[in-house]
Amino acid sequence: MIPTAFEYRRAGSVAEALSLLQEGGPEAKLLAGGHSLIPMMKQRLAEPGLLIDIGGLDELRGIQEDGGEIAIGAAMTHAEIAASDLLRAQAPIVAETAANIGDAQVRNRGTIGGSLAHADPGADLPAVMVALDATIALLGPNGERKVQAEDFFQDILTVDLAEDEIVTGVCFQACRSAAYAKLEQRASKFALVGVAAALSLDGGTCSSARVAVTGASSHAQRLSGVEGALAGASLPDGAASAASGAGDALDFVNEDLHGSEEYRRAMTAVFARRAIEAAAGRS
Amino acid sequence: MSEPVPITINVNGRKRSAMVEPRLLLVHFLRESLNLTGTHVGCDTSQCGACTVLLDGSSAKSCTVFAVQADGSEVQTIEGLADGDELHPLQDGFWEEHGLQCGYCTPGMIMSAVNLLEENPAPSEAEIREGISGNLCRCTGYQHIVNAIQHAAERMAQS
Amino acid sequence: MTIADGPALPKLIGERVKRREDPRLIQGQATYVDDIKLPGMLHLAFKRSDIAHGVIRSIDTSAAAAMEGVELVITGAELAEHLGPMPIGTPFPAPDHFSVATDKVRYVGEPVAVVVAEDRYIARDAADAIEVEYDELPAVVDPEAAMEADSATLHEGFERNIAVESYWGGTGVNPETAQPEDDSAVDAAFAEADVVVSQRMLNQRLAPNAMEPRGVVAQYEPGREYLTVWSATQNPHILRTLVAAMMGLGEHQVRAVAPEVGGGFGCKINIYGEEYVAAALSRLVKAPVKWIEDRTEAFLTTTHGRDLLGYIDLAAKSDGTITGLKARIIADIGAYEVLLTAMIPTLTGLMMNGVYRLPVVRHELTEVFTNKTPTDAYRGAGRPEGLYFLERAVDMVARELDMDPAEIRRKNFVPADEFPFATQSGLVYDSGNYEPCLDKALEVADWQGLLAERDAARAEGRIVGVGLSFYVEVCGLGPSAVVPTGGWEHSGVTVERGGKVTATTGASPHGQGNETTFAQMLADHFSIPLEDITILHGDTGVVKQGIGTFGSRSQAVGGAALISAAGKAGDKMKQFAAALMTDQEVSPEDLVFEDGRIQVEGAPEVSKTFAEVADYAYVPVPLPPGMEPGVSEEAFFEPENNTYPFGCHISMVEVDRDTGETKLLKLIAVDDCGNVINPLIVDGQVHGGLAQGIGQAMFEEVVYDEDGQPVTASFMDYVMPRAADLPVFELDRTVTPTPINPLGAKGVGEAGTIGSTPCVVNAAVDALAPFGVTHIEMPLRPERMWRLINEGGQS
Repeated sequence: MIPTAFEYRRAGSVAEALSLLQEGGPEAKLLAGGHSLIPMMKQRLAEPGLLIDIGGLDELRGIQEDGGEIAIGAAMTHAEIAASDLLRAQAPIVAETAANIGDAQVRNRGTIGGSLAHADPGADLPAVMVALDATIALLGPNGERKVQAEDFFQDILTVDLAEDEIVTGVCFQACRSAAYAKLEQRASKFALVGVAAALSLDGGTCSSARVAVTGASSHAQRLSGVEGALAGASLPDGAASAASGAGDALDFVNEDLHGSEEYRRAMTAVFARRAIEAAAGRS
Repeated sequence: MSEPVPITINVNGRKRSAMVEPRLLLVHFLRESLNLTGTHVGCDTSQCGACTVLLDGSSAKSCTVFAVQADGSEVQTIEGLADGDELHPLQDGFWEEHGLQCGYCTPGMIMSAVNLLEENPAPSEAEIREGISGNLCRCTGYQHIVNAIQHAAERMAQS
Repeated sequence: MTIADGPALPKLIGERVKRREDPRLIQGQATYVDDIKLPGMLHLAFKRSDIAHGVIRSIDTSAAAAMEGVELVITGAELAEHLGPMPIGTPFPAPDHFSVATDKVRYVGEPVAVVVAEDRYIARDAADAIEVEYDELPAVVDPEAAMEADSATLHEGFERNIAVESYWGGTGVNPETAQPEDDSAVDAAFAEADVVVSQRMLNQRLAPNAMEPRGVVAQYEPGREYLTVWSATQNPHILRTLVAAMMGLGEHQVRAVAPEVGGGFGCKINIYGEEYVAAALSRLVKAPVKWIEDRTEAFLTTTHGRDLLGYIDLAAKSDGTITGLKARIIADIGAYEVLLTAMIPTLTGLMMNGVYRLPVVRHELTEVFTNKTPTDAYRGAGRPEGLYFLERAVDMVARELDMDPAEIRRKNFVPADEFPFATQSGLVYDSGNYEPCLDKALEVADWQGLLAERDAARAEGRIVGVGLSFYVEVCGLGPSAVVPTGGWEHSGVTVERGGKVTATTGASPHGQGNETTFAQMLADHFSIPLEDITILHGDTGVVKQGIGTFGSRSQAVGGAALISAAGKAGDKMKQFAAALMTDQEVSPEDLVFEDGRIQVEGAPEVSKTFAEVADYAYVPVPLPPGMEPGVSEEAFFEPENNTYPFGCHISMVEVDRDTGETKLLKLIAVDDCGNVINPLIVDGQVHGGLAQGIGQAMFEEVVYDEDGQPVTASFMDYVMPRAADLPVFELDRTVTPTPINPLGAKGVGEAGTIGSTPCVVNAAVDALAPFGVTHIEMPLRPERMWRLINEGGQS
């Protein structure tokens, strides 16, 4: 399995990467960890003419907290995110999810920016970002643009990102009472179904919630029915009832060897419940 | 074909410079350009881990890295693991505990285990099994591999 | 004469000796095929069919041929001028099968053209630039539908896509009419039975997935008219024979080398089109050529295993006595017959007697062509399928009768005093003692404790089950009467100057550790240090003759050949030693090997060192009368029968009620492979076999869609067992030696695969039995289990 030929430029700065993107036009693709893109290139499902390497850019690195808002640079690897004490303390869902992506080697190379921009239907982090109501920071020729995660993920492998834009990072409010639960597709280790739940808790009562699913459908999306049912629910006892209709509300559900539509809908409810229970257990 | 570009990678402690086509995979650079054939290719989709090397100290699947991406980096392969004639404790563990049969997955498996023990010097059996989940072995059923890694961890703890 | 002053050498047979193969393998110093580089070497890439069934209308190679660095582009039709149809190794009728398709394609991945280029990147680019147009034909995917009159057919002359049909039953088949002589006993057994279970079961298609894909380097030297082929093969000597025939060469003009081989599991027995093509194109382009398979190609083109559909009926009395078996088996063999394709499913019926006294059997087998990758051996090769069908059915009878699964088996065992035991299928089991093996397994597993643990878990609302299986398998293939390539093995033993020993074996290993076990045997035989012995294999230029490693034969047949050659070499060493002992009257028969010396038995003061005798053998002054100089002996070993190892496996599983995910909690394997040379290696073989058997039960399946497109063509979709999927296996052994070879060793390479699959499925069925489930098809996919929990019945 060998990719087609391409030109390679290593960008020295985000600004340089942007200008290279503009020069390259539709032929150009950004490369960071490469763990979404390179497998596709090897199978010749992607044949970019120009790769712009942004993997080593310091501007895209770092995990910071400022006034309760946490920002993660796009080039941070899953391993770095998993190991972050800051995240473990203030947004454990993110560290834990990153710690269970793929395998050790994939986590050492794969980046959060790449995972979000590629938007594999079975990727874990998109659901977590939607549940956390994260903002995706994009930089283009006209400056910075911020998109809410739930608007960013649009369809299968499709996100609100122009050809000449770069994902520079994500930011979200610190949140301890959030958890992610997934049913792993055992071969690929992607999520057959994964649900992230972020709860606002008042004692044992849920005042509001954001719940998002990945794997089940074309792209990560909110489970608004579950969110509604959670408002005012007492947890963890009310989790099962709130989650019960989770799968039924999805418009489109993936279907393959590993899970039929019916199974994925059912598992959406199961993993919504598990995520809610785990999140409630965190308070 | 696109123009070759110059790269310099420190491989097993030696600076290696070459002109490479951008699409050249790191694993092919190691195997074909440097004749370091201990690193193997077992799949096309980054699942099997036979091509695992240490890239700047962390395990990476060298079939999913372009050589140009590794320009300026340090790479360690199975050939660079022993200290002269003295085997690395993991190599020794694999030998002692019969952690290999056909040997094809072994270099990648050992390099993964190096990464694992670096991060977690005293892993439980379950942590070892999880830690090598990026590496497929078809021969051993993994049990002797787990024993081998435990063997190495104990030895490394003593020294 | 001095008394031996060297250290006493410990006996090594039966010891956990560390492998001698390992230092090179753990340091990246081994040489696999892809590590071979020859000056001027070119690279091959294949253009492969992306449809399952169709007629090739046109192939446009012009763009590929025009690419810089491309040496040659050749289509199947053009190549057919250089290579005829490929040979097979079975006596069954088979359609023509060209290395590269000439006019029609019959499975996705079948090659249609080949590129020769400067490097593999350019070769791939060029292969992608070849344009092929097809007139598509309906894909034949379902083997039962394939036999309907209205099905499309793959091959002319094979109506209803049937490749092979066989039948036996009752008191046997009349060879004149091929009809059963008297089948009434089978029908009577079923009519008189107290209980009959009938079950349709699929033993699903699997991909062997040796971690090293296939690969070949071929170098034809025109000046010498000599071809050297390096290939990732289990049997270089068979490769030599077949590639010579295909190339119109004699075997004296071909050297075949299996360098380090990264696993085989049966899929590297077949000699593939790519091997012939590499040889032919090396001759055509006058340069060495290399082809290395990628994993996607491996999924599409390396032979698959299993894929047998069984309609199984088992009859029994109310006390659990089994009274009859009927098996109708449909083998989906894929698009072509390759080396052993048609033979593998015949082993299934042969072994379906299992460990039981089965009074009557009716066996029907139909092998069917479909538009899929051809099948051939995969670890176990026919036995796992048969034992799965049988052990599932026995379990179903036990469940019907509310009998303990261990006790129904015990009741029907062939008793120890009935060996050698002739089965209904015409085999003769060499030796067996099943009850102690069952008892040991029950003891190691704490069977009653497991049942109690299961019941306690159930009381908590968990879904837990335990399962048991008892298998017998056939190893040590030969004899020659049943192995088309010949069933013997060859070995050579040379005592070198200085008393070192070089031995060769035709049993070419690829992970089995023969370099260690064979050296252990020679070390004990000659009483010399292990370090003084080298075992060479895998090169027909070095190993004069051989068959190869498959069918768990390397120890039982190859080891026996080694001991035979060592015996001859030892005899000659003793003759030289006796001749050296001029001051005593010593007869060679009085001499023994002891701690690096050759001495009079019981009189160590009368001795010579092994080294000085070896030196004398090469400078024999004076030459003893009637003797030739040197010590280099060889032997062929022809086994008179197969060996029949057996064992009992026990497992415990838990199923997640919400998701249907199955976790294997325990697996206990008590195997009896006869005498053990190296317990460490035997344990490793069992572990690996268990993982593959569990893989079949729980995870693995090659799936095609209705158009014959493979759905599982990468590790992204084909679920391989990983470390975290498996428990710590608990192993034990009983030892029932075979009388078939001097070692008493039966073979162990496939055992784990055979026992574990039915054992795990039996446990899963037990887990879901409270939901009314009586059978579960493999693999135990979460969704399948989830449906059964929610809907009951069968899958």
